[in-house]
Amino acid sequence: MASAAVPIRAKQRPGDRVFSGSALAAGSTILILLAAVAIFLIAQGIPGVLAQPGDTVILGEKNFWDYVAPLAFGTLWAAALALLMATPLAIGIALFISHYAPRRLAQTLGYIIDLLAAVPSVVFGLWGGLVLAPLVRPAYAWLAENASWFPLFAGQASATGRTILTAAIVLAVMILPIMTAICREVFLQTPRLHEEAALALGSTRWEMIRMAVLPFGRAGIVSAAMLGLGRALGETMAVAMVLSPAAVISFIVIGSTNPNTIAANIALSFPEAFGTGVNVLIATGLVLFVVTFAVNAVARYVVNRRKEFSGAN
Amino acid sequence: MAVSTTAGNSLTHGRLPRMAPWAILVACWLVVAGVYAIFAMSGTVRDFSLVGTLFFGTVLYVAIIYVVSLSVEGRRQAVDRLVTALVFAAFIVALLPLVSLLSTVVANGAARFDLDFFTMSQRNIVGAGGGALHAIVGTLEITAVAALISVPIGLMTAIYLVEYGRGQIARWITFLVDVMTGIPSIVAGLFAYAVFALIFGPGVRMGFAGSVALSVLMIPVVVRACEEMLKLVPNELREAAYALGVPKWLTIVKVVLPTSAAGITTGVMLAIARVIGETAPLLLVAGFTQSMNYDLFDGRMQSLPVFVFTSYANQGTDGDAYIARAWTGALVLILIVMALNLLARLIARFFAPKTGR
Amino acid sequence: MISKRSAGLAGLALVGALALTSCAANEGAADPGSTTGTGSEGGSLSGDLVGAGASSQGSAQEAWIAAFQGANPDVTVTYDPSGSGAGREAFLEGGVNFAGSDRAFDDEEIAAGGWAACAPDTDIVELPLYISPIAVIFNLEGVDTLNLDAATIAGIFAGTIANWNDPAIAALNEGVTLPDLAITPVHRSDDSGTTENFTDYLASAAPEVWTYEPDGVWPIESGEAAQGTTGVVDAVSGGNGTIGYADASRAGDLGTVAVQVGEEFVSYSPEAAAAIVDASPRVEGRSEGDIAIEIERTTQEAGVYPIVLVSYLIGCQEYQDAEVGALVKGYFSYIASEEGQQEAASSAGSAPISETLRGDIEAAIELIK
Repeated sequence: MASAAVPIRAKQRPGDRVFSGSALAAGSTILILLAAVAIFLIAQGIPGVLAQPGDTVILGEKNFWDYVAPLAFGTLWAAALALLMATPLAIGIALFISHYAPRRLAQTLGYIIDLLAAVPSVVFGLWGGLVLAPLVRPAYAWLAENASWFPLFAGQASATGRTILTAAIVLAVMILPIMTAICREVFLQTPRLHEEAALALGSTRWEMIRMAVLPFGRAGIVSAAMLGLGRALGETMAVAMVLSPAAVISFIVIGSTNPNTIAANIALSFPEAFGTGVNVLIATGLVLFVVTFAVNAVARYVVNRRKEFSGAN
Repeated sequence: MAVSTTAGNSLTHGRLPRMAPWAILVACWLVVAGVYAIFAMSGTVRDFSLVGTLFFGTVLYVAIIYVVSLSVEGRRQAVDRLVTALVFAAFIVALLPLVSLLSTVVANGAARFDLDFFTMSQRNIVGAGGGALHAIVGTLEITAVAALISVPIGLMTAIYLVEYGRGQIARWITFLVDVMTGIPSIVAGLFAYAVFALIFGPGVRMGFAGSVALSVLMIPVVVRACEEMLKLVPNELREAAYALGVPKWLTIVKVVLPTSAAGITTGVMLAIARVIGETAPLLLVAGFTQSMNYDLFDGRMQSLPVFVFTSYANQGTDGDAYIARAWTGALVLILIVMALNLLARLIARFFAPKTGR
Repeated sequence: MISKRSAGLAGLALVGALALTSCAANEGAADPGSTTGTGSEGGSLSGDLVGAGASSQGSAQEAWIAAFQGANPDVTVTYDPSGSGAGREAFLEGGVNFAGSDRAFDDEEIAAGGWAACAPDTDIVELPLYISPIAVIFNLEGVDTLNLDAATIAGIFAGTIANWNDPAIAALNEGVTLPDLAITPVHRSDDSGTTENFTDYLASAAPEVWTYEPDGVWPIESGEAAQGTTGVVDAVSGGNGTIGYADASRAGDLGTVAVQVGEEFVSYSPEAAAAIVDASPRVEGRSEGDIAIEIERTTQEAGVYPIVLVSYLIGCQEYQDAEVGALVKGYFSYIASEEGQQEAASSAGSAPISETLRGDIEAAIELIK
C-alpha cells in the first residue's frame, strides 16, 4: 500500500527479498491453514458420512444424514431464536450509544458492552445452567399454562428450564457485543448532513433516526446479524452446558424435548466417541464448518461492499 | 446527539417537564419494588429480586411514558418518547445478564478462592478440597505456545497485507482472514484432532494439539489487530525513511513496527484474552487430567476452562464441592481475561502510537 | 519494539515459570500418610498406569487412585471416565493399560481377540469389581419413598403413566397422598451403562410394558434428556414431579423407589445389590480369569435389589511390558481387597463384593503378569 503510489521500482536487496518472502509465506500460511482445515475435516469426515447404520454406537440404527438432520435443525433453530432476540436489542443498544447517550459516556458504555464479549463461553454456560435455567423455569411454566395456544409454547413446560429457549437466551447475550459493535460503527457513519437536515425539518429524534440513520445503516444491520448468526451457529459450551438434548426435530421452545446443536453434540459426545464414531462427529463438524463459512462469507461480502460504498460518501 | 428536537411543537402541544421521564422511571422502579416486597412477604415469590425489579419496572416505565406523553404532547412526541424509553431499556436489558453473571461468579467463586486453589492440583483429592494449579499451569502453557505460533505468523501476514500485498492474493488473504474469524472453535478443535490423529494415531490427547487449535482461532484476530495498527502508521514516516535510502525491510523493522508497537501489543493481548477462555477445542484435543503435567507433548493436560466444564459436568459424590470449584475456576478465568483486557487498554492508552499529528 | 512486544510474552512466561517451579502442594514424593499406607505392596511399585472407561466407576476410581497413589508415591494412575465403549475400544487398541466397562466383552469380541496391550495370544481378565445399585430417584414434594413394581416403573418411563395420581401408583402406595401433577421422566441423553442396565431391567422384568431392546442409548423420544449422571440428578432435583434413574450414590436427598421383588418391596442398599450378583450365573464358556456375570433381573429371591450396574475392570492376563503387568496386578489387588471395596463404598456408595466373589477374583488377579 505504501509503495503502491511509487511507480519507480526500488532496487531489491537480499534483506528485502528475505523479508518480503517471509511475509508472503506467513500470508500464504493462512491460505494453507484454511485449506488444511477443510482437507483434514473432509478426509476424516468421509468415513463418517459413509458409515452405515449399526457401524458405530453413535449412529445407532440411523444413517449419517438422519443423524445429522436433527442436529442441523437444532443448530439453526437455536441460532435463529438467538438472533431474533439479539437483533432488536443490538440495534437499540447501538442507537443508545451512538445517538442517545451523552457523548462523554458513550465510549465507556461501549466498553461495558464489550465486557460481555470478554466473558469466556464456559462461564456463560455455567451461569446459564446454574442461574438462568432455574430463573426462567417459572416463566416457562406460566407460558405453558397461559399461552399454550401459541405453537411454540405448546405442551408441558420443562421441569428444569434447560430448554432451547434458555440456550438461545444465553447465545443472544453472547452475540450481542459483536452485533452492537458493528451496528454502532455503521450508525456513526451516517452523514451528518442527512441527520441535521432531518432535524431542521422539525422531525423528532426518532423520526430523524427512522429517516436518516436506519436506511443508511440497513446493510450494516444485515451484516451484523449475519456475523451474529455465524457466532451463534458455532457456539459450543454455552449450549452444551445449558441444554437438555434429545435427537428430535421440534419447534417447541419451552418443553423438555429439545433438539441438540451440532457443536454441543460434538463437545458432549467426542470424549466418549471411538472408531467410526469420531469420523461421524468430524463429519457433523464439517457440516457446521460449511454452514458457518457460507454465512460468514456472505456477511463479509455485504460489509465490504458497504465499506466501499460509504467511502464514496 | 444533544440536539433538542422538540422546540417547534411546544407551540401547539404541551411539554413534559424536563425531569418528568426520570421521575416516572424512578417511580416505576419503586412501585415494582413495593409489589415485590408485598409478594415476598406473602410468600408468593421466593425472595426479593433486584434484577426482576429493574426489569419489570422498566417495562412499566415504557408503557407509562407512552401514555403520559400521548395525552400531554401528542402522537409524534409520544412515539419519540416510546423509542427513547425502548432504547434505554435495551441497554439496561443487556446489562442485566452481565450484572447477574459477574455477581454470581464473584459470590459463588469466593468460597473456594483460597490458597489451596492456587497451590494444589486435583491429584489424590476425593470430594472437597484440592485446587486448580494443574489447570492454571496448563492454560498458561497452552496459551503461551499458541501465542508463540500465532504472533509471528499473524504479524508477518499483517505486514504482508499492509506493506507488500497487492492484487489477488492479498485480497484473498484479507477475505479468508475475515472468514477465519468466524470458524467455530469446535471446528478448530476437530481440525487439530484430525491432524494429530493422523500423526500419532487415534485417541491422541496432548497440550500442544490444544495450542495448535487455539492458534487457528488466534491468528486471524492477530492479523486483524496488527493490520489496523500498521495502517495507522503515517506514510510520511515511511517516505522519510525511503528518502534517506533505507531499504524497505529495514524501514519496516526500524520505523513502522516501533511506531505501532504499543498497538500491536494491545492487539496481541486482546487476542490472548480471547482464546484463553476457549473450552471446546481443548476439551477435544488436550483432554483432562487430575495431575500436574508440564509437558505439552506428552499426555493429557488440564486447562482452566476444561477444569470448569468437567467440574460442572462430571460431579462426584459430593456435588457441591465440584460446583464450588467450577465457580472459583470461572472466577479465576474471568479475572485473567479482565486483567489482560485492562492491561491491553492501559498499554493502548499510555503508549499510544505517535499518530496524533 | 521487539523488546516491548516480547515483554508481554515474557511476562506470561514468567508467570508460567513461577507456577512451573512451584509444584502442586499435594503432589511430590513426600506424601503424608504414605508410610503407613493401605497398599498391599508397601510402596515398591513405580510407573504410570493409564485406564479409561465407564464413567460410573469415576468416583470409585478417584478414591482408589488416591489411596493407591498414597501408598505408592512413585505410581501415577490416570483414569479417564470417557465411557465404557471408549474404554473398551482404547483397551483393544492398546491406548490404555486397563479398561473400566459397564459390560464385559461379548463372546464375539472375545473370539476376535487382538488385544494390543497384551502379549500375543493371551487372554484377558474381566473382574466385576464395582457393583452399584441404580436408584430410581424422584422429586415430589412431601414424598420420600414410593413402592413401585417393574410394570409401573416401565409405564412411567414409557409415558403410559403420565400423572402422579395414576391409579397404578396409588394402588401400590396406600396412605401416601399423591398430587395431581404431571410426571416428567428424565433419562440420560448420552450412551451409558446405567441406561443399558436400567433398560435391561425394564425389558426383562416388565416385557409386556417395556417393548424396547436393552440399549445404552435411551430408546424413546419422550421426557427430559440430561447429560450424564450429574445432568440427570440436577434435572430431577431441579424440577418438580420429575423421576429419573441414576447411580444410587448420587441419590442424595431425593426420594427413591422401593422396587417390588417377589412379594416385598426392596429399597436399594449395598447388601441387596451385592446379593443379586451372587444369585446370578456366570457367562458360560469363558476362560479362567474372565468373570463375566449374567445378571438375573427377574429373580424372586428375598432381599435382592434387581436394578444394579456391574462394572468390570478389564486387563490383560499377560502384558507385553512386565512392569505394567506388575502395576496392574498391584492396583487390581488393592481394589479387590476389603479396604479397596470399603473405600469405594464410602466414597462412591458402591456395594462391596462378597467373600465368595473376592476369592474368585483374587485367583484371577494371580494370573496377571
